[in-house]
Amino acid sequence: MNKSYQAVMGRKNEIMKKSVGIDYKVLEYGRLSFDYEGLMKNVPYDLEEIAKIQSETKVGKTPLFELKNLTALVRKYAPKGKGARIFIKDEAANCSGSFKDRRASLSVYHAKKIGFKGVIAATSGNYGAAVAAQAAQRGIKCIVVQEVYDSRKVGQPEILEKARKCEAYGAEVVQLTVGPELFYVFLTLLEETGYFNASLYTPYSIAGIETLGYEVVAEIKEREGKFPDAVVITHAGGGNVTGTARGVLKAGAKDTKIIGASVDLTGLHMASDNDFNKKSFTTGHTGFGVPFAVWPDRSDVPRNAARPLRYLDRYVTVTQGEVFYTTELLAQLEGLERGPAGNTSLAAAIALAKEMDEDQIIVVQETEYTGAGKHPLAQLSFARKNGIEVKIGNPEENIPGKTIVIPENLGQMGYKEIDLDDLRKSYIKNAVNTYNVKEVEEVDVEFLAEDIKWTKENVAKTLNEFGVKVM
Amino acid sequence: MEAKKGMWVEIENTVLTPEERAPHLPEDTKRVPLKMWVRGFLINEQAKIGDEVMIKTLTDRVVKGTLVEVNPRHIHDFGNCVEELLISGYNVKKELLEVVKGAGDNE
Repeated sequence: MNKSYQAVMGRKNEIMKKSVGIDYKVLEYGRLSFDYEGLMKNVPYDLEEIAKIQSETKVGKTPLFELKNLTALVRKYAPKGKGARIFIKDEAANCSGSFKDRRASLSVYHAKKIGFKGVIAATSGNYGAAVAAQAAQRGIKCIVVQEVYDSRKVGQPEILEKARKCEAYGAEVVQLTVGPELFYVFLTLLEETGYFNASLYTPYSIAGIETLGYEVVAEIKEREGKFPDAVVITHAGGGNVTGTARGVLKAGAKDTKIIGASVDLTGLHMASDNDFNKKSFTTGHTGFGVPFAVWPDRSDVPRNAARPLRYLDRYVTVTQGEVFYTTELLAQLEGLERGPAGNTSLAAAIALAKEMDEDQIIVVQETEYTGAGKHPLAQLSFARKNGIEVKIGNPEENIPGKTIVIPENLGQMGYKEIDLDDLRKSYIKNAVNTYNVKEVEEVDVEFLAEDIKWTKENVAKTLNEFGVKVM
Repeated sequence: MEAKKGMWVEIENTVLTPEERAPHLPEDTKRVPLKMWVRGFLINEQAKIGDEVMIKTLTDRVVKGTLVEVNPRHIHDFGNCVEELLISGYNVKKELLEVVKGAGDNE
């Protein structure tokens, strides 16, 4: 078989179909639409069954803590009567140390059930360790493909740690230099091994997170007699937002605001060999968060089950320095040494809580384990080695790839709001360009409106601006 | 270093030369090859760094490549002291004591 780049990429759809066991074609309709809930129905288990499957492999039912000391300090810097109560879901308590265990558990369970001998995941993040830990428990093989080094073979410490952890669970780790052709290597491995594609973006991966959203709001309701006012979710590829929000809705918390948060890495090119080691976060940042919001179907499956614009009420960014500072606050005030990348949502929650009423509740829905390489000291030392200035000051002076500014105090912590309407317009533009349409049907307008949580009028108006007629 | 059959080693391969790489890459990435490293147990009776060898990975795949490391060490660590963070932690602890009488009664 021809293994050249062009030949393998040409066989992409065929390889994908075999490796996920989902026929995406039958879900498509109109000019560009597809049946999203139909895609999610590929998961033949309800929430209760999913929770049971997850508990078999040490996933879920993690503790929910109120951060009273942190809330007290937030109130020092908030106007009188402001400063919402901050809660955190300690997802580090899942077996491999992050919420990613929820995503991996269902994928690996399903892969084994339908007869696959192994699973492959393309990920430089916690997801690799999660898939490896689940595969170890279910007795199937696991390969993790990582983008980890620049062309000098200098690796991101955070990713090196994740490679170690994957190996600790007995997985094979394939490590690559920077570049989107990771996808090509991924495809050749799927073809060679016939393993299941444990993509982050299948319905299994998303349905696995629904238990997280459900647990968060159900527990707050039980303890406090009301649903939380907001749930803050670190946003990268979109799965965390999508799965959590679906779980929140399934628990009946229709008024709880879904707020996405990413680390601002504006200006750094994600496929650049030079920029690769100038960032201090390898996930949870705008380099994934924005492109995956404005076009989810850029992922490793034909139709992505992670569709953040369907659910987001707000999307905010924070700086790298603010997240490192937050990581320090969490350890020093609350005795929880976690993160740092997973603390992106906590950094945003601190800033948001200052504007909310005292009796309101804001929940941060994850923590992640910390370790060598994956630690503020390791990551800031690495940043310095790569010429990044680290200093105490005003976070507004933070420049991705140049300066990391640790706030002087909590009062300086803030966030930047990303206008969701701008993202919605980009999404529509991407949809129009990808499917190369000059006209769409009424059903497409309905699909787009649902897919980006917008009115049909706004969708039709925007389509018009891009020269697309609604028939 | 000399490696013997069965030892844990790392091999390197060039997956795509700069000419073979995907279109639309940033200039700096386009100039360098896409490289790959895999670890496994050495299949050859013996080999030294730079030799073309075969390995068996943890999933029992057999992969060919250039031997680059024997018993590869995990080099990542907890980094140097970062004074800026130490100071932050020190300060917020003091601040909390001023704000909350009886801080430490946390659940």
